[in-house]
Amino acid sequence: MNERTIRLTVNGRAYEKTVEVRKTLADFLRDDLELTGTHLGCEHGVCGACTIVVDGAAVRSCLLFAAQVGGSEILTVEGLATGDKLHPIQEAFWEHHGLQCGFCTPGFLMTLLCFLRENPDPTETEVREAIAGNLCRCTGYKNIVTAALAAAQKLATAPS
Amino acid sequence: MKPPRFEYFAPTSVDEALALLAEHGEGAKVLAGGQSLVPLLNFRLVRPPQVVDLNEIPGLGYIREENGWLVIGGMTRQRALETSSLVRERCPLLADALPQIGHVQIRNRGTIGGSLAHADPAAELPAVVAALEGELVVRSRTARRIVTPDTFFVTYLPTSLDPAELLVEVRLPVTPPRTGTAFVEVSRRHGDFALVGVAATLTLDGAGVCTKSAIALTGVGPTPIVARDAAQTLVGEKPAPEAFEEVGRRVSALVHPDGDLHASSEYRKHVAGVLARRALARAAARATGAEEPPTRGERR
Repeated sequence: MNERTIRLTVNGRAYEKTVEVRKTLADFLRDDLELTGTHLGCEHGVCGACTIVVDGAAVRSCLLFAAQVGGSEILTVEGLATGDKLHPIQEAFWEHHGLQCGFCTPGFLMTLLCFLRENPDPTETEVREAIAGNLCRCTGYKNIVTAALAAAQKLATAPS
Repeated sequence: MKPPRFEYFAPTSVDEALALLAEHGEGAKVLAGGQSLVPLLNFRLVRPPQVVDLNEIPGLGYIREENGWLVIGGMTRQRALETSSLVRERCPLLADALPQIGHVQIRNRGTIGGSLAHADPAAELPAVVAALEGELVVRSRTARRIVTPDTFFVTYLPTSLDPAELLVEVRLPVTPPRTGTAFVEVSRRHGDFALVGVAATLTLDGAGVCTKSAIALTGVGPTPIVARDAAQTLVGEKPAPEAFEEVGRRVSALVHPDGDLHASSEYRKHVAGVLARRALARAAARATGAEEPPTRGERR
Protein backbone atom coordinates (compact mmCIF):
# COMPACT_ATOMS: atom_id res chain seq x y z
CA MET A 1 0.00 0.00 0.00
CA ASN A 2 1.13 3.53 -0.72
CA GLU A 3 -1.41 5.31 1.45
CA ARG A 4 -2.88 4.51 4.79
CA THR A 5 -5.72 6.00 6.79
CA ILE A 6 -4.85 6.59 10.42
CA ARG A 7 -6.86 7.66 13.42
CA LEU A 8 -4.90 9.21 16.23
CA THR A 9 -5.09 11.75 19.02
CA VAL A 10 -2.80 14.75 18.99
CA ASN A 11 -2.82 17.10 21.97
CA GLY A 12 -6.17 15.70 23.03
CA ARG A 13 -7.82 16.18 19.65
CA ALA A 14 -8.86 13.21 17.50
CA TYR A 15 -7.88 13.15 13.83
CA GLU A 16 -8.52 10.82 10.94
CA LYS A 17 -6.23 11.35 7.95
CA THR A 18 -5.04 9.50 4.90
CA VAL A 19 -1.28 9.75 4.54
CA GLU A 20 1.32 8.72 2.05
CA VAL A 21 3.23 5.89 3.74
CA ARG A 22 6.62 7.53 3.22
CA LYS A 23 5.62 10.69 5.10
CA THR A 24 7.45 11.04 8.38
CA LEU A 25 5.43 11.78 11.49
CA ALA A 26 7.22 15.12 11.80
CA ASP A 27 6.15 16.18 8.31
CA PHE A 28 2.63 14.91 8.97
CA LEU A 29 2.34 17.03 12.12
CA ARG A 30 3.71 20.09 10.38
CA ASP A 31 2.12 19.83 6.94
CA ASP A 32 -1.12 17.94 7.45
CA LEU A 33 -2.07 19.08 10.95
CA GLU A 34 -0.31 22.47 10.67
CA LEU A 35 1.31 21.93 14.04
CA THR A 36 4.56 23.63 13.14
CA GLY A 37 5.87 23.80 16.70
CA THR A 38 7.69 20.52 16.10
CA HIS A 39 10.90 21.52 14.34
CA LEU A 40 13.04 19.51 11.96
CA GLY A 41 16.79 19.88 12.12
CA CYS A 42 18.86 16.99 10.91
CA GLU A 43 16.14 14.53 9.82
CA HIS A 44 18.28 11.59 10.84
CA GLY A 45 17.78 11.33 14.56
CA VAL A 46 20.82 13.22 15.80
CA CYS A 47 19.69 16.75 16.71
CA GLY A 48 16.59 16.04 18.80
CA ALA A 49 14.66 19.11 17.59
CA CYS A 50 11.72 16.97 16.43
CA THR A 51 11.33 15.10 19.74
CA ILE A 52 7.66 14.58 20.61
CA VAL A 53 5.81 12.30 23.03
CA VAL A 54 4.12 9.21 21.55
CA ASP A 55 2.14 7.10 24.02
CA GLY A 56 4.11 8.57 26.90
CA ALA A 57 7.61 8.11 25.46
CA ALA A 58 9.88 10.77 23.97
CA VAL A 59 10.77 9.79 20.41
CA ARG A 60 12.23 11.34 17.26
CA SER A 61 9.29 12.21 15.02
CA CYS A 62 11.63 12.29 11.99
CA LEU A 63 12.33 8.57 12.45
CA LEU A 64 8.72 7.43 12.50
CA PHE A 65 6.25 7.34 9.66
CA ALA A 66 2.81 8.80 10.22
CA ALA A 67 1.44 5.51 8.87
CA GLN A 68 2.89 3.80 11.97
CA VAL A 69 1.10 5.80 14.65
CA GLY A 70 -2.55 4.89 14.11
CA GLY A 71 -4.20 4.51 17.50
CA SER A 72 -1.51 6.50 19.28
CA GLU A 73 -1.79 9.41 21.62
CA ILE A 74 0.64 12.13 20.68
CA LEU A 75 1.72 15.21 22.55
CA THR A 76 3.59 18.02 20.83
CA VAL A 77 4.84 21.33 22.16
CA GLU A 78 1.49 22.91 21.22
CA GLY A 79 -0.16 20.69 23.80
CA LEU A 80 2.01 21.75 26.73
CA ALA A 81 0.41 25.03 27.75
CA THR A 82 -3.11 25.25 29.13
CA GLY A 83 -4.65 28.19 27.29
CA ASP A 84 -2.43 31.18 28.06
CA LYS A 85 -0.88 29.44 31.03
CA LEU A 86 2.54 28.06 30.17
CA HIS A 87 3.56 24.63 31.38
CA PRO A 88 5.96 24.83 34.37
CA ILE A 89 8.82 23.61 32.15
CA GLN A 90 8.07 26.36 29.62
CA GLU A 91 7.90 28.92 32.42
CA ALA A 92 11.25 27.79 33.76
CA PHE A 93 12.84 28.11 30.30
CA TRP A 94 11.44 31.63 30.03
CA GLU A 95 12.55 32.68 33.50
CA HIS A 96 16.05 31.20 33.22
CA HIS A 97 16.71 32.18 29.62
CA GLY A 98 16.83 28.56 28.53
CA LEU A 99 16.49 29.54 24.91
CA GLN A 100 17.82 32.07 22.50
CA CYS A 101 16.70 31.45 18.91
CA GLY A 102 14.23 28.82 20.09
CA PHE A 103 14.65 26.36 17.24
CA CYS A 104 15.71 23.47 19.47
CA THR A 105 13.39 24.38 22.35
CA PRO A 106 10.34 22.23 21.52
CA GLY A 107 12.56 19.15 21.46
CA PHE A 108 14.12 20.03 24.81
CA LEU A 109 10.72 20.67 26.38
CA MET A 110 9.26 17.35 25.23
CA THR A 111 12.39 15.45 26.26
CA LEU A 112 12.36 17.04 29.69
CA LEU A 113 8.63 16.47 30.14
CA CYS A 114 9.19 12.70 29.95
CA PHE A 115 12.45 12.82 31.89
CA LEU A 116 10.99 14.76 34.83
CA ARG A 117 8.05 12.37 35.03
CA GLU A 118 10.48 9.49 35.51
CA ASN A 119 12.96 11.39 37.61
CA PRO A 120 11.20 14.25 39.43
CA ASP A 121 14.22 15.20 41.54
CA PRO A 122 17.24 14.92 39.25
CA THR A 123 20.83 15.94 39.83
CA GLU A 124 22.54 18.31 37.42
CA THR A 125 24.47 15.36 35.96
CA GLU A 126 21.26 13.46 35.34
CA VAL A 127 19.75 16.48 33.59
CA ARG A 128 22.81 16.84 31.38
CA GLU A 129 22.57 13.19 30.48
CA ALA A 130 18.83 13.43 29.80
CA ILE A 131 19.32 16.27 27.31
CA ALA A 132 22.39 14.71 25.68
CA GLY A 133 20.26 13.78 22.67
CA ASN A 134 19.20 17.37 21.99
CA LEU A 135 21.49 19.87 20.32
CA CYS A 136 21.40 23.61 21.04
CA ARG A 137 23.78 25.96 19.24
CA CYS A 138 22.87 29.16 21.12
CA THR A 139 22.83 28.69 24.86
CA GLY A 140 25.80 26.51 25.65
CA TYR A 141 23.28 24.42 27.64
CA LYS A 142 24.02 26.08 30.98
CA ASN A 143 20.70 27.92 31.16
CA ILE A 144 18.83 24.91 29.84
CA VAL A 145 20.19 22.83 32.70
CA THR A 146 19.31 25.59 35.17
CA ALA A 147 15.82 25.80 33.70
CA ALA A 148 15.35 22.04 33.87
CA LEU A 149 16.34 21.96 37.55
CA ALA A 150 14.03 24.90 38.26
CA ALA A 151 11.24 23.13 36.37
CA ALA A 152 11.68 20.09 38.60
CA GLN A 153 11.21 22.31 41.64
CA LYS A 154 8.15 23.98 40.13
CA LEU A 155 6.59 20.63 39.28
CA ALA A 156 7.27 19.32 42.78
CA THR A 157 5.45 22.23 44.37
CA ALA A 158 2.77 22.75 41.71
CA PRO A 159 -0.73 21.73 42.66
CA SER A 160 -1.63 18.82 40.42
CA MET B 1 15.03 15.22 1.91
CA LYS B 2 12.15 12.77 1.97
CA PRO B 3 12.25 9.01 1.69
CA PRO B 4 11.83 7.60 -1.80
CA ARG B 5 8.53 5.91 -2.59
CA PHE B 6 8.11 2.42 -1.26
CA GLU B 7 5.32 -0.04 -0.81
CA TYR B 8 4.46 -0.40 2.87
CA PHE B 9 3.31 -3.54 4.62
CA ALA B 10 2.33 -3.83 8.26
CA PRO B 11 1.83 -7.55 8.86
CA THR B 12 0.14 -8.59 12.08
CA SER B 13 1.84 -11.97 12.50
CA VAL B 14 5.34 -13.38 12.04
CA ASP B 15 3.99 -15.82 9.47
CA GLU B 16 2.51 -12.99 7.45
CA ALA B 17 5.80 -11.07 7.65
CA LEU B 18 7.78 -14.11 6.55
CA ALA B 19 5.39 -14.69 3.63
CA LEU B 20 5.91 -11.07 2.52
CA LEU B 21 9.69 -11.43 2.75
CA ALA B 22 9.57 -14.68 0.80
CA GLU B 23 7.44 -13.03 -1.86
CA HIS B 24 9.46 -9.84 -2.27
CA GLY B 25 12.95 -11.19 -1.72
CA GLU B 26 16.12 -9.11 -1.68
CA GLY B 27 14.55 -5.70 -2.19
CA ALA B 28 12.28 -5.67 0.84
CA LYS B 29 13.64 -4.03 3.98
CA VAL B 30 12.45 -4.96 7.44
CA LEU B 31 11.46 -2.01 9.64
CA ALA B 32 11.96 -2.67 13.35
CA GLY B 33 12.65 0.36 15.56
CA GLY B 34 13.62 2.39 12.51
CA GLN B 35 16.48 4.22 14.21
CA SER B 36 18.96 3.12 11.54
CA LEU B 37 16.71 2.35 8.56
CA VAL B 38 14.69 5.57 8.59
CA PRO B 39 17.80 7.84 8.49
CA LEU B 40 19.01 5.80 5.51
CA LEU B 41 15.59 6.22 3.87
CA ASN B 42 15.42 9.94 4.68
CA PHE B 43 18.77 10.46 2.94
CA ARG B 44 17.82 8.06 0.14
CA LEU B 45 20.91 6.01 0.82
CA VAL B 46 18.63 2.99 0.50
CA ARG B 47 15.68 2.75 -1.88
CA PRO B 48 13.85 -0.45 -1.03
CA PRO B 49 10.81 -1.16 -3.20
CA GLN B 50 9.05 -2.60 -0.15
CA VAL B 51 9.20 -1.91 3.59
CA VAL B 52 7.87 -4.59 5.93
CA ASP B 53 7.06 -3.02 9.30
CA LEU B 54 7.18 -5.42 12.27
CA ASN B 55 5.70 -2.95 14.76
CA GLU B 56 2.14 -4.24 14.48
CA ILE B 57 3.01 -7.86 15.19
CA PRO B 58 1.93 -8.60 18.75
CA GLY B 59 4.10 -10.78 20.97
CA LEU B 60 7.58 -10.00 19.62
CA GLY B 61 8.54 -7.88 22.60
CA TYR B 62 9.29 -9.88 25.76
CA ILE B 63 11.99 -10.55 28.34
CA ARG B 64 11.90 -13.81 30.30
CA GLU B 65 14.13 -16.33 31.98
CA GLU B 66 14.08 -19.92 30.73
CA ASN B 67 16.38 -22.73 31.87
CA GLY B 68 19.45 -20.61 32.41
CA TRP B 69 18.84 -18.28 29.49
CA LEU B 70 17.57 -14.76 29.30
CA VAL B 71 15.20 -14.92 26.33
CA ILE B 72 14.38 -11.67 24.57
CA GLY B 73 11.91 -11.05 21.75
CA GLY B 74 13.42 -9.47 18.66
CA MET B 75 11.18 -6.40 18.84
CA THR B 76 11.91 -5.69 22.50
CA ARG B 77 12.75 -1.99 22.79
CA GLN B 78 16.18 -1.11 24.11
CA ARG B 79 14.58 1.11 26.73
CA ALA B 80 12.48 -1.81 28.00
CA LEU B 81 15.68 -3.81 28.42
CA GLU B 82 17.41 -0.90 30.11
CA THR B 83 14.68 -0.56 32.72
CA SER B 84 14.18 -4.30 33.26
CA SER B 85 15.19 -5.63 36.67
CA LEU B 86 15.44 -9.13 35.16
CA VAL B 87 18.08 -7.90 32.71
CA ARG B 88 20.02 -6.16 35.48
CA GLU B 89 19.98 -9.25 37.66
CA ARG B 90 20.49 -11.96 35.07
CA CYS B 91 22.57 -10.26 32.42
CA PRO B 92 24.36 -7.22 33.88
CA LEU B 93 26.63 -6.91 30.82
CA LEU B 94 23.60 -6.08 28.70
CA ALA B 95 22.40 -3.62 31.37
CA ASP B 96 25.87 -2.01 31.34
CA ALA B 97 25.89 -1.55 27.56
CA LEU B 98 22.34 -0.28 27.05
CA PRO B 99 22.67 3.28 28.42
CA GLN B 100 25.59 3.76 26.02
CA ILE B 101 23.39 3.18 22.96
CA GLY B 102 22.28 6.44 21.37
CA HIS B 103 19.99 8.54 23.54
CA VAL B 104 16.83 7.79 25.44
CA GLN B 105 14.67 8.94 22.51
CA ILE B 106 16.50 6.43 20.31
CA ARG B 107 16.26 3.61 22.86
CA ASN B 108 12.52 4.23 23.26
CA ARG B 109 12.10 3.00 19.67
CA GLY B 110 15.26 1.00 18.91
CA THR B 111 15.00 -2.77 19.29
CA ILE B 112 17.51 -5.46 20.18
CA GLY B 113 16.75 -7.43 17.02
CA GLY B 114 16.98 -4.38 14.80
CA SER B 115 20.36 -3.40 16.17
CA LEU B 116 21.77 -6.92 15.76
CA ALA B 117 20.35 -7.41 12.27
CA HIS B 118 21.62 -4.00 11.16
CA ALA B 119 25.02 -4.97 12.62
CA ASP B 120 26.71 -1.60 12.57
CA PRO B 121 30.41 -2.32 13.18
CA ALA B 122 30.50 0.24 15.99
CA ALA B 123 27.28 -0.84 17.71
CA GLU B 124 27.26 -2.07 21.30
CA LEU B 125 24.82 -4.97 21.18
CA PRO B 126 26.73 -7.16 18.69
CA ALA B 127 29.76 -7.10 21.01
CA VAL B 128 27.59 -7.98 24.01
CA VAL B 129 26.07 -10.97 22.23
CA ALA B 130 29.50 -12.05 20.95
CA ALA B 131 31.14 -11.83 24.40
CA LEU B 132 28.32 -13.82 26.01
CA GLU B 133 28.14 -16.36 23.17
CA GLY B 134 24.43 -15.74 22.89
CA GLU B 135 22.13 -17.38 20.39
CA LEU B 136 20.11 -15.72 17.67
CA VAL B 137 16.86 -17.42 16.77
CA VAL B 138 16.08 -16.94 13.11
CA ARG B 139 12.90 -17.93 11.31
CA SER B 140 11.94 -18.29 7.70
CA ARG B 141 8.63 -19.49 6.29
CA THR B 142 9.81 -23.07 6.41
CA ALA B 143 12.47 -23.29 9.10
CA ARG B 144 13.70 -22.09 12.45
CA ARG B 145 17.42 -22.08 13.15
CA ILE B 146 19.73 -20.93 15.88
CA VAL B 147 22.72 -18.90 14.78
CA THR B 148 25.74 -18.11 16.93
CA PRO B 149 27.38 -14.68 16.80
CA ASP B 150 30.54 -15.98 15.09
CA THR B 151 28.49 -17.05 12.07
CA PHE B 152 25.81 -14.32 12.28
CA PHE B 153 28.11 -11.34 11.84
CA VAL B 154 29.71 -11.81 8.44
CA THR B 155 31.26 -8.51 7.42
CA TYR B 156 30.54 -4.77 7.36
CA LEU B 157 26.71 -4.58 7.87
CA PRO B 158 25.60 -7.81 6.14
CA THR B 159 24.78 -10.69 8.43
CA SER B 160 24.15 -14.32 7.59
CA LEU B 161 20.41 -13.58 7.65
CA ASP B 162 18.79 -14.60 4.38
CA PRO B 163 16.47 -11.92 2.90
CA ALA B 164 13.53 -14.23 3.63
CA GLU B 165 14.49 -14.66 7.30
CA LEU B 166 13.68 -12.73 10.44
CA LEU B 167 15.63 -12.52 13.68
CA VAL B 168 12.80 -13.29 16.09
CA GLU B 169 14.56 -13.93 19.40
CA VAL B 170 17.84 -13.36 21.19
CA ARG B 171 19.00 -15.78 23.87
CA LEU B 172 21.71 -14.78 26.34
CA PRO B 173 23.08 -17.15 28.97
CA VAL B 174 22.24 -16.07 32.51
CA THR B 175 25.42 -14.75 34.10
CA PRO B 176 26.77 -17.40 36.47
CA PRO B 177 27.69 -16.73 40.12
CA ARG B 178 31.04 -15.08 40.96
CA THR B 179 31.04 -13.48 37.54
CA GLY B 180 31.73 -9.85 36.86
CA THR B 181 31.01 -8.14 33.55
CA ALA B 182 31.62 -4.68 32.15
CA PHE B 183 31.01 -2.74 28.96
CA VAL B 184 33.19 0.33 28.44
CA GLU B 185 33.49 2.54 25.40
CA VAL B 186 35.05 5.72 24.14
CA SER B 187 32.99 7.92 21.83
CA ARG B 188 33.28 11.50 20.62
CA ARG B 189 30.15 12.49 22.52
CA HIS B 190 27.87 10.55 24.81
CA GLY B 191 25.37 8.71 22.62
CA ASP B 192 27.56 8.58 19.52
CA PHE B 193 28.59 5.28 18.07
CA ALA B 194 31.65 3.97 19.87
CA LEU B 195 35.11 4.72 18.48
CA VAL B 196 36.02 1.59 20.40
CA GLY B 197 33.95 -0.44 22.85
CA VAL B 198 34.87 -3.48 24.92
CA ALA B 199 32.63 -6.08 26.55
CA ALA B 200 34.38 -8.24 29.14
CA THR B 201 33.38 -11.06 31.47
CA LEU B 202 35.36 -12.74 34.23
CA THR B 203 34.28 -15.76 36.30
CA LEU B 204 36.11 -16.74 39.50
CA ASP B 205 36.04 -19.95 41.51
CA GLY B 206 35.63 -20.03 45.29
CA ALA B 207 39.34 -19.37 45.77
CA GLY B 208 39.29 -16.31 43.51
CA VAL B 209 40.98 -17.98 40.56
CA CYS B 210 39.67 -17.11 37.10
CA THR B 211 37.87 -20.03 35.45
CA LYS B 212 36.51 -18.21 32.41
CA SER B 213 36.90 -14.88 30.69
CA ALA B 214 35.62 -13.40 27.46
CA ILE B 215 36.42 -10.18 25.64
CA ALA B 216 34.62 -8.79 22.59
CA LEU B 217 35.32 -5.48 20.89
CA THR B 218 33.27 -3.15 18.73
CA GLY B 219 34.45 -0.38 16.42
CA VAL B 220 37.75 -2.01 15.53
CA GLY B 221 36.72 -4.24 12.64
CA PRO B 222 33.87 -5.00 10.26
CA THR B 223 32.24 -7.25 12.87
CA PRO B 224 32.61 -7.68 16.63
CA ILE B 225 36.08 -9.02 17.35
CA VAL B 226 36.34 -11.76 19.98
CA ALA B 227 39.76 -11.79 21.69
CA ARG B 228 39.56 -15.42 22.71
CA ASP B 229 43.26 -16.18 23.14
CA ALA B 230 43.94 -12.98 25.05
CA ALA B 231 41.09 -13.70 27.47
CA GLN B 232 42.21 -17.31 27.85
CA THR B 233 45.54 -16.18 29.36
CA LEU B 234 43.65 -15.11 32.49
CA VAL B 235 42.23 -18.56 33.16
CA GLY B 236 43.92 -20.36 36.06
CA GLU B 237 45.26 -17.11 37.54
CA LYS B 238 44.00 -14.77 40.21
CA PRO B 239 43.00 -11.52 38.51
CA ALA B 240 45.75 -8.91 38.85
CA PRO B 241 46.42 -5.51 37.28
CA GLU B 242 49.62 -6.78 35.58
CA ALA B 243 47.68 -9.59 33.92
CA PHE B 244 45.08 -7.12 32.65
CA GLU B 245 47.88 -4.93 31.27
CA GLU B 246 49.23 -7.90 29.37
CA VAL B 247 45.80 -8.80 28.01
CA GLY B 248 45.42 -5.17 26.92
CA ARG B 249 48.68 -5.39 24.97
CA ARG B 250 47.53 -8.61 23.30
CA VAL B 251 44.14 -7.11 22.41
CA SER B 252 45.81 -4.04 20.95
CA ALA B 253 48.12 -6.23 18.86
CA LEU B 254 45.18 -8.32 17.68
CA VAL B 255 43.06 -5.58 16.13
CA HIS B 256 43.64 -3.73 12.87
CA PRO B 257 41.00 -1.01 12.86
CA ASP B 258 40.41 1.34 9.95
CA GLY B 259 41.02 5.02 10.57
CA ASP B 260 38.44 7.65 9.68
CA LEU B 261 37.89 11.34 10.35
CA HIS B 262 36.92 10.61 13.96
CA ALA B 263 39.97 8.59 14.96
CA SER B 264 43.07 7.16 13.37
CA SER B 265 43.77 3.47 13.15
CA GLU B 266 46.66 3.83 15.64
CA TYR B 267 44.46 5.63 18.16
CA ARG B 268 41.72 3.01 17.97
CA LYS B 269 44.31 0.25 18.33
CA HIS B 270 45.73 1.91 21.43
CA VAL B 271 42.32 2.58 22.95
CA ALA B 272 41.26 -1.03 22.35
CA GLY B 273 44.04 -2.19 24.68
CA VAL B 274 43.34 0.45 27.30
CA LEU B 275 39.62 -0.29 27.36
CA ALA B 276 40.20 -4.05 27.53
CA ARG B 277 42.33 -3.49 30.64
CA ARG B 278 39.71 -1.18 32.19
CA ALA B 279 36.80 -3.49 31.35
CA LEU B 280 38.59 -6.46 32.91
CA ALA B 281 39.48 -4.49 36.03
CA ARG B 282 35.86 -3.45 36.45
CA ALA B 283 34.61 -6.97 35.74
CA ALA B 284 37.04 -8.36 38.33
CA ALA B 285 35.91 -5.82 40.92
CA ARG B 286 32.33 -6.80 40.28
CA ALA B 287 33.10 -10.52 40.40
CA THR B 288 34.59 -10.16 43.85
CA GLY B 289 31.84 -7.84 45.00
CA ALA B 290 34.25 -4.92 45.41
CA GLU B 291 32.13 -2.96 42.98
CA GLU B 292 28.40 -3.15 42.67
CA PRO B 293 27.02 -4.11 39.28
CA PRO B 294 25.29 -1.29 37.42
CA THR B 295 22.03 0.04 38.77
CA ARG B 296 19.37 1.63 36.68
CA GLY B 297 20.46 4.83 35.04
CA GLU B 298 23.98 4.68 36.41
CA ARG B 299 26.79 5.83 34.18
CA ARG B 300 30.49 5.57 34.57
